[in-house]
Amino acid sequence: MDKKSLNDKLVESDKTQKVDSERRDFLFMTTTGLALAGGAMAAWSMIDTMNPAKDVLALSSTEVDLSPIESGQSLTVMWRGKPIFIRHRTKDEIKQARNVLVDDLTHKSLDEERVKKPEWLVVVGVCTHLGCVPLGQKVGDEKGEFGGWFCPCHGSHYDTSGRIRKGPAPLNLDVPPYEFVSDEIIKIG
Amino acid sequence: MSTEKNELKGVTGWIDKRLPVFTFINHNLRDYPTPKNLSYFWNFGSLAGVTLVIMIVTGILLAMQYTANADLAFDSVERIMRDVNNGWLLRYIHMNGASMFFIVVYIHIFRGLYYGSFKAPREILWILGVLILLLMMATAFMGYVLPWGQMSFWGATVITNLFSAFPVIGDYIVTFLWGGFSVDNPTLTRFFVLHYLMPFLIVGVVALHIVALHQFGSNNPLGIDVKSEGDTIPFHPYYTVKDYFGLGVFLIIFFGLVFFAPNFLGHPDNYIPADPLVTPAHIVPEWYFLPFYAILRAVPDKLMGVILMFAAVMVLFVLPWLDTHKTRSAQFRPYYKQFFWLFFIDCLILGWVGSMPAEGIYVLISRIATGYYFLFFLVILPILSRYENTRTIPTSIAASVLSDKFVNEKTSTENI
Ligand code: HEM
Ligand code: FES
Repeated sequence: MDKKSLNDKLVESDKTQKVDSERRDFLFMTTTGLALAGGAMAAWSMIDTMNPAKDVLALSSTEVDLSPIESGQSLTVMWRGKPIFIRHRTKDEIKQARNVLVDDLTHKSLDEERVKKPEWLVVVGVCTHLGCVPLGQKVGDEKGEFGGWFCPCHGSHYDTSGRIRKGPAPLNLDVPPYEFVSDEIIKIG
Repeated sequence: MSTEKNELKGVTGWIDKRLPVFTFINHNLRDYPTPKNLSYFWNFGSLAGVTLVIMIVTGILLAMQYTANADLAFDSVERIMRDVNNGWLLRYIHMNGASMFFIVVYIHIFRGLYYGSFKAPREILWILGVLILLLMMATAFMGYVLPWGQMSFWGATVITNLFSAFPVIGDYIVTFLWGGFSVDNPTLTRFFVLHYLMPFLIVGVVALHIVALHQFGSNNPLGIDVKSEGDTIPFHPYYTVKDYFGLGVFLIIFFGLVFFAPNFLGHPDNYIPADPLVTPAHIVPEWYFLPFYAILRAVPDKLMGVILMFAAVMVLFVLPWLDTHKTRSAQFRPYYKQFFWLFFIDCLILGWVGSMPAEGIYVLISRIATGYYFLFFLVILPILSRYENTRTIPTSIAASVLSDKFVNEKTSTENI
């Protein structure tokens, strides 16, 4: 088959017929440009439907009454679908958290920067490795080598300030945005 | 062989040698030789394809937010409208997309009817098309049930009850369809699953439809076969650009509806949550079912009404054997052309009476229109096939495209 394709023939005949190729290129570029821009906007508006909806965003703050939590006890509450660890720390635990050389830490951060009142530690109870919920909230729980929390999934140890001390997790447990609305009530979010 | 023009090189060539996707695209969307005289009526196939894709994409995104439970469905749809980012847009595209899909496919079918595209050797292509139409109807019907408004609920009740017309087994069929003793949660959950499944069946049948199309290529307004290379032009760039332009116009109309009159084709009662104890005063199906609904109501007997309604679609399957006239295009069949247009108007009338209350003069009109619908297929077409004389048909597409020549040719034959 040495026959030329129809396409080639037409391209040839275009050449012989003196096509205004500048005009063609202009039309081609503007058309393609507009189609791409329109397509991208349409695609984004549709993809955006999968982002958090208004009703999901509306669930973004939770109030917690701290008064029933005795010194040494912990409470877990839900905020945006995630567990929040609240620990009423003992004098010992606070001392432990502050008697650390910041330079020894994986993720350097002072305990003072992580709390609003020394006896109350509030952190997001999600391991910064791959998202498991660490143990240490309940009385019988394993608390890890540093007396804070221990993540059973891949063995991360957190201290009494929720900082990562040993294991694969790269970061300290997150401190969520919160404030004391009164002496004994906090508002998370 | 070795001088084959489009020897692909590089990575493309390496892949193509092992998996000839590029050759496939080239054959079907680039070099694919297409009659040079196609009119804009040949845009509707590609428009249907694009609409199908839009429906599937928006449908999947909707399904991520929708809850198929009788207690939650209505609220989950309202949540899509109010809380989900661009949820209103998503839903209005899907809603109006269904209507646009039917407009496009109905034009596509009338095109086939007018230009005789259903005739040999395209019978299977046609039958696959009718199958697509049936699947579309089932899909659209079940989709309309999902928001669980008053029209959803009572539409589902009425349509499923059609099957109760069959003697003896009727009631069992209906109970089976419902999964209970009325339209309720089990009905909703199965409708949702089927509504999700069927568009993918449509994709499969469309693929076969295209395989069958490319076997003999497109028909054309003259309805004569392609005889030489001179009758065709490559699909790309000539028809890609024409399809692209048509798509632009189509999207302007489609999104004109979405943005400015999103509920124009819908029924306000469907914004009232389903109530099994109260039937709305006036229940009508979506506009695209109205002609068939009119046929159902035209017949005073329950069973016959149901049978005729289904027959109105089924008759399309056997069309290639009802109209056996050798000439395809209505352009050359003076009588067929007139009966065709009468049939077209008849369908519009059926659609109109379908939206009117079933009383008084409307009943009479619907009976006459139903009569002509079947007369056209079952009597007029077979008779015309035998006795109709055609006008002079041009010898080739190329000959007629150089139209002056064709006009002279025609007048000269007529003068003889
Ligand atoms: C999902 C719906 C459908 C899609 C995506 C689709 C797609 C297509 C495409 C892309 C073409 C070629 C372009 C054209 O000739 O317009 C075509 C041709 C055709 N379709 Fe469809 N179609 C659909 C539904 C139907 C239905 C419901 C029927 C008939 C009852 C039908 C009958 C035909 C016929 C007869 C042709 C060949 C027309 C000719 O070459 O003259 N199609 N279809
Ligand atoms: S998820 Fe906690 S250690 Fe891996």
